Amino acid sequence: MVKVTIDDQVIEVEPGTTILNAARQIGGDIVPPAMCYYSKLPGTGGKCRTCLVEVVQGSEKDPRPMPKLMVSCSTTVQDGMVVRNKTSERVQKNRAGVVEFLLINHPLDCPICDQAGECHLQDLGFENGGAGTRYEEERRTFAPRDIGNKIKLHMNRCILCYRCVHVAKQLTDQRVHGVLNRGEHAEISTYIENAIENDFSGNMIDVCPVGALTDKTFRFKSRVWFLKPLNASCSCNKCSGKAVVWMFGDEIYRVTARKDAYGEVEEQDGKAGWICNDCRFDKKDVHNWQIEGPRVINRHSVISQGHYLSPRQHDQKKIK
Amino acid sequence: MRRLLLEHDQVPGIETYEVYRKQGGYRSVEKALKKMSPEDVLEEVKKSGLRGRGGAGFPTGMKWSFLAKPEGVPRHLLCNADESEPGTFKDRYLMEKIPHLLIEGMITSSYALGANVSYIYIRGEYMWVLDILEKAVAEAYDNGWLGKNILGSGFDLDLYVCPGGGAYICGEETALIESLEGKRGNPRMKPPFPAVAGLWGRPTVVNNVESIAAVVPIVNDGGDEYAKIGVGRSTGTKLISACGNLERPGVYEIEMGITVEEFIYGDDYCRGIAKGKKLKACVPGGSSVPILPHYLVTKTATGEDRLMTYESLAEGGFESGSMLGSGGFIVFDEDQCIVRNTWNFARFYAHESCGQCSPCREGTGWMEKVLNRLEHGQGNMRDIDLLADINKKIEGNTICPLGDAAAWPVAAAIRHFRDEFEWHVNHREEAQKRNYGLISEKTASA
Amino acid sequence: MSSTTPVDMSLRHSEKPQFSEEKMAEVQRIIAQFPEGKEKSALIRILHIAEEEFGGWLSIETMDYVAEILEIQPIEVYEVATFYTMFNLDKTGKYVFEVCRTGPCMLVGSDQLIEHIGKKLNIKVGETTADGMFTLKTAECLGACGYGPMLQCGKKYHEHLTPEKVDQLIEAYRSGNTNTES
Repeated sequence: MVKVTIDDQVIEVEPGTTILNAARQIGGDIVPPAMCYYSKLPGTGGKCRTCLVEVVQGSEKDPRPMPKLMVSCSTTVQDGMVVRNKTSERVQKNRAGVVEFLLINHPLDCPICDQAGECHLQDLGFENGGAGTRYEEERRTFAPRDIGNKIKLHMNRCILCYRCVHVAKQLTDQRVHGVLNRGEHAEISTYIENAIENDFSGNMIDVCPVGALTDKTFRFKSRVWFLKPLNASCSCNKCSGKAVVWMFGDEIYRVTARKDAYGEVEEQDGKAGWICNDCRFDKKDVHNWQIEGPRVINRHSVISQGHYLSPRQHDQKKIK
Repeated sequence: MRRLLLEHDQVPGIETYEVYRKQGGYRSVEKALKKMSPEDVLEEVKKSGLRGRGGAGFPTGMKWSFLAKPEGVPRHLLCNADESEPGTFKDRYLMEKIPHLLIEGMITSSYALGANVSYIYIRGEYMWVLDILEKAVAEAYDNGWLGKNILGSGFDLDLYVCPGGGAYICGEETALIESLEGKRGNPRMKPPFPAVAGLWGRPTVVNNVESIAAVVPIVNDGGDEYAKIGVGRSTGTKLISACGNLERPGVYEIEMGITVEEFIYGDDYCRGIAKGKKLKACVPGGSSVPILPHYLVTKTATGEDRLMTYESLAEGGFESGSMLGSGGFIVFDEDQCIVRNTWNFARFYAHESCGQCSPCREGTGWMEKVLNRLEHGQGNMRDIDLLADINKKIEGNTICPLGDAAAWPVAAAIRHFRDEFEWHVNHREEAQKRNYGLISEKTASA
Repeated sequence: MSSTTPVDMSLRHSEKPQFSEEKMAEVQRIIAQFPEGKEKSALIRILHIAEEEFGGWLSIETMDYVAEILEIQPIEVYEVATFYTMFNLDKTGKYVFEVCRTGPCMLVGSDQLIEHIGKKLNIKVGETTADGMFTLKTAECLGACGYGPMLQCGKKYHEHLTPEKVDQLIEAYRSGNTNTES
C-alpha cells in the first residue's frame, strides 16, 4: 500500500491507483471533478483537464514538487505523495480557466436541455465558473445530425470527452460513430447518415456528461427534478435488468442505469451495470418492472435537494 | 567553418548511391557493425553531447539509454521527418539533397538500439521527397546495407518510409506514433513514454532527421571530436533554416557558437536584411519560440553577444530571451506588422490543434478570433489583457506541447510589442485598411 | 461558423471503386511493411493512393473500399480522412493550387499572391473555376519558408513565385504542361 495526502487528508491505497481514485476513496469535497474520465471505460481521461491538481511533493523518495499541474485521473500516486486540490489557489484558478474554455462555445440552452439538473457541466460551472463571460465571438455550431430514433445527438453541447466513443468501442460490436475533423471543428459524428443501433448503444446517453446525447423517448417530456427516481429491476437476458425508473405519478418517463456519486454506472454482480436498449427504451410500463424502492441521487444537483429547498435551507443543510 | 552534414551537398549526383559511397558514405555502418558493439555506439553518441535537433534539445544519448529492452519484444527506431514548424525546412533540404546520409544514420542508429524494423515518418506534403528516399532505400537494399545479415554481422534491418496526411501535430512524437498506426494524430498521455510503450505498444525511440544524420559523423570521427565543436552544452553543428526578410534565406550548417550577428549579416550566411532594410524582430527557433525585438536579437539584455547556441538564445528566460528550437530562423524587417504576424501564427496553431484537450481546442481558437479582431481594427484595450490571460490558462495545462507552442508567441509579442497592439486599438480605421507595413514606434526610434 | 461535415449525395461515387491489379500490388506491398495484425498502419498511405486513383478526392465509397481492404470499420477511415488536411472530401478542380499562407511566406508576400491568383482565376479561396480546371486553396506551412511565396500543386512545389511566374504557371497547366518547373 502507498500513502498519499490529498488536501491534508491521508489515505493508503493500492499501488497504481490514480490520484483521482485515491481522492474518491476519501470522498467528499476534496474529490476533483472529472468530465471525461470514466472508471468503467478503460482509456478515458486526460482530455478535459478539469481534474488538474497540484503535486507539492512527488513522493517520499523524491520530494520535489511537480512543476506542472497534473491530471489526477491519469497520474498514479507514489508513496508519500502530497496533493493539493481544494487547498491550492493555483488549481482553483486554472480549473476556472478550463471551465471557461468548456463554456465559451457551449450554447447555455439549459432551459430547454433535457440534461438540466443532472448536467455535470452545470455543476462544474456552478462550482468553478465565473459569473460573466469574456467571450465576445459567435458560438460554434454544428449541422444537426440524425443518429437514429432512440438517441438524440446535439453536437453544439458536446465537450468532446470521448466517453461515448469508448462505449461504442467497448460495449458494442460495431462502432459507427467517432470523432471527426479536428481542433475546434472536431465533432462526434457518423459522417454518413447512420443510425447508432446496438443493444448497448443507449449507454452513450448515461455516460455523456452534458446534454449532447439524450434519450429521444424522453425528449422534452419533463424536467428531471419533477420525476421520482426508483430502483427497479426486471428479468432481462441481455443485461442485469437493474435500473432506475423515473416516474411521474404512475407513469415511467424514462429508464437509466443506476449511477453512483460521480455519475458512473454502479457495479451490478461485480460488473459495470450497463443496461440494454430494451430496458432503457422499450420497458416504459410499470408492469415491466419490480420496484425496489426510492433511489437516492447522491449528487448536489437539484434532484437530490429533497425537491425545492430554499437557498437558505440549502445552506443550513450544508452547515450541518 | 566545419560542415559535417552538408559537406557534400553541392557534389553533383550526391543523391545517388555511387556518388555518396565515393564520398565516404556508409563508413559509419562499416565501423559500427564490424568494430563496435551497440553499447559502443551509444557511448559515442553520449560523449558527443548531441541534443535532439527537432526542437526540444533533449540529449539524444540519454533518450537512447532510456529505451526499454524486454526480452523477446521488438523495438523500433522512428525517424521524425514530419517537419512542420513554420520557419523550418532544414530536414527537407537534407533529405532531398543527401538522402543516403539519413539512411546511413538510420542503419547505424538502429544497430545501436537493437531495432530490426525502422520507419521514416515523413510529412505527406513532402511526397516527392518520399520518392527520393524510397529510391535511396532501394539502392541501399541492393548494395547490402539493408536486409538480412548486413555486412555479415548478423544484424538485420528493414527500413520503410511512411507518409503523413497533413498535420503539424504529428511532429509530436506520440502523435507521430498514433499516425503511424493509421489513426488520428492525437498525442498520447505520458507516461508511458515511447521508450517503454511506443509503436504498437513496443519500446520505441523517435528522433529527428538531423539528429539521426548527426550520428554518422559522430560514429566516424568519435563523439569527443564532435563535442569539440560548439560552446558548452551546445555541441557540434546545427542546420539553421533562415527565412523571412533576409538577403539570402536558405539552409545553413553552422558551428554552434557563432554569433547571431554573424549569422544574419555575415557573407557566409544570410548577408543581412533584404532590400537594405532594418531588422525589426526575429523568431530564432521556429514559430513557437518567443519573438525577440531587434535590440535583443544580436545582444542579450545584459549586453553580451548573443550566440547561436541553446543557452545563449535562451539567455534572459522568457523576459528577454527565446530558444534555438528547431532552428527555424525567421527575420522581420522594419515594415512588418507584429500584430498581423501574431494573428497569423495563432491561426496556424488553431488550425493545427488536434482538438483533444479543452484548453488547446478552445483556447487556440479563441486567441485566433481575438487577434483577428485586433488586427482588423475591431479590438479593444481589454482584448490585449484577455489574450495574455487566455495564454496563461493554456500554457502547461494541455496534453502535449502544442498548447505551449501556441501560447508563447502571443505572450512574447504582447510583452515586447504591446505598443503595436495598442496602436491597432487606437487607430481602428487605419488598422482596417492597412494589412501590412506598420512601423512600430520602437523600431522607428531605433 | 458551422461544421462542414458533409452528408449529401455529392460525397458519393456512383460505382464501387476498384484498384487495378498493379495498384493493388502496390497496396499489398505497403501493407506488408507492417507486422501481422497491424495492417491499419498502412491506412494513410493507401488513402493517398486511393485519392489519386479515384478522381482526386475521397468519396464515401472510396473510404469504405479502403476499410474493406484493411478489414477495419468505415468510421475508422472517416476519422482519419477528416483529421488530415491533405485529403479532399469533395470534388476539386483538375489542379489544386494550395498556397502557403503561414508567417514566413506571409512576410514575403503570400497574401498578395493569393489575391493575385484569385483575381486571375476569378475565384475565391476554396472555389473551383467554372471550367473545372483549378481549385484555389490556402495551406498552412508547407516547409518551404526560405523559398516563398510558394504553392503546391499535386506533388509539386512551385517556389519563389511572383505574379508573372504564377501567370505562366496557370498557362502551362491550362495547356497540359504539368511538368512545368518553377
